[in-house]
Amino acid sequence: MENNAFYVALTLLFNLDASLYQIVALSLQVSLLAVLIAALFGFPLGAAVAIWRFPGRGGMIVALNALMGLPPVVAGLMVYLLLSRAGPLGDWGLLFTPGAMVLAQVVLVLPILAALSRQKVEDLLGEYREQFVSLGMSKLRMMPTLLWDARFALLTVLLAGFGRASAEVGAVMMVGGNIDGVTRVMTTSIVLETGKGNLPLALALGMVLLALVMLINAGAYLLGELSRRRVG
Amino acid sequence: MKKSLNLLLAGVTSLGLSLGAYAEDYITLASTTSTENSGLFASILPKFEDATGIQVRVVAVGTGQAFEIARRGDADSLLVHDTTGEERFVENGFATERADVMYNDFVLIGPAGDPANISQAQSAREAFAAIAEAEAPFASRGDDSGTNRAELRHWKHAGVDPDGDWYRELGSGMGPTLNTAAAMGAYVMSDRATWVAFGNRQDLKLLFEGDKVLFNQYGSLLLSSEKHPHLKHEMASKWHSWLLSAEGQQAISDFRVSGQQLFFPNAK
Repeated sequence: MENNAFYVALTLLFNLDASLYQIVALSLQVSLLAVLIAALFGFPLGAAVAIWRFPGRGGMIVALNALMGLPPVVAGLMVYLLLSRAGPLGDWGLLFTPGAMVLAQVVLVLPILAALSRQKVEDLLGEYREQFVSLGMSKLRMMPTLLWDARFALLTVLLAGFGRASAEVGAVMMVGGNIDGVTRVMTTSIVLETGKGNLPLALALGMVLLALVMLINAGAYLLGELSRRRVG
Repeated sequence: MKKSLNLLLAGVTSLGLSLGAYAEDYITLASTTSTENSGLFASILPKFEDATGIQVRVVAVGTGQAFEIARRGDADSLLVHDTTGEERFVENGFATERADVMYNDFVLIGPAGDPANISQAQSAREAFAAIAEAEAPFASRGDDSGTNRAELRHWKHAGVDPDGDWYRELGSGMGPTLNTAAAMGAYVMSDRATWVAFGNRQDLKLLFEGDKVLFNQYGSLLLSSEKHPHLKHEMASKWHSWLLSAEGQQAISDFRVSGQQLFFPNAK
């Protein structure tokens, strides 16, 4: 029985293991915070690229799309060198803290949010263009209107970003250091337990992670459906 | 729309605030995976924290990477197992003091069938030579860790240049290397602590142990605050001297896994 991952996962959940609870809470905190910060910058950036025409726009779109595939360990390495005491932002003392993990995930998620929202907003702009022109609306005013009207599509974009953040391990391992009780999250615990040869426990943690991500997605889906119905 | 923007900002602020609430009295210790994975730190750190109120945050990496973290000023203290490298670190001015803390030993693990017959070897040198002679698969850490550096010294000592299909450099930590060795049926050199605490042995067995040259000395380094003035030097020296004190040494020898003592204190 003890070697069955399902069994281990259920015991973990029902015993409400304190350290598991802490690990789960930190995972959610770090990834949600990273996605929200990335959204604050990424959505306006995506909308701006969709609306304005400027030299180098094509290159920017290609760059954003390509950066969606940035390997987490590269993002981690960049943020590590940035935050290391010997690096330019070393004085902040952020390395090996949850703050560093948030920053690394923002780097990962921002291109996803910007690139996908650029696409959604551009599609919508095609539909609205004539109306905007007839109203004589400035480009700056278009931005909030388009983002707001694309909100249901953007919710899915947000979830894609969250999926990326909660699933990666390379970046948080490098800049967080997997410190017990401080920077240990779901994915780094899975790596650690695999290393100790506790494969059933590692798999069980994976199931817990998956269940959590599923819950968040279900919540977002319900939220989207409810508000869609209200809008009519 | 204002509302949802406010909601977003509120979310960011509250998530951010709760992340900021952490203890101030802590040092960051760069150390090896063997000390962390075996559970040694989980056993001795609470005792140190009780005695001094200082929390020790362990970043467990290979010895090579641990040196690099300390060199860049990202750790306050260092506990690793590569005496030669440690002494060089002191010579280069990154640390002011190095001291023996404890030792454990390396053991040779391999498939129960023991195709190279190393369980009959009289010395580590013979065992390593037998593996090379039989060209039996050998899984090497290949990650410039303390264990990897020690392993390479043993090959040299046995007069073997490990090369060829049978010698597989994995570039990963001790645990993942054991996992891979179990899957490949390969020989592997492991520190005893990681092996005893390891849960996925499959067909692997301890085949050779006990030669004195397999002893694995751990050292604590007191890092120099001259190179990196921001280091928490005072707290780090408390940790360094606690490790060497009677109390710290006792805590190390009290640590057991399934009744077996894994680290033997030997501070002078």
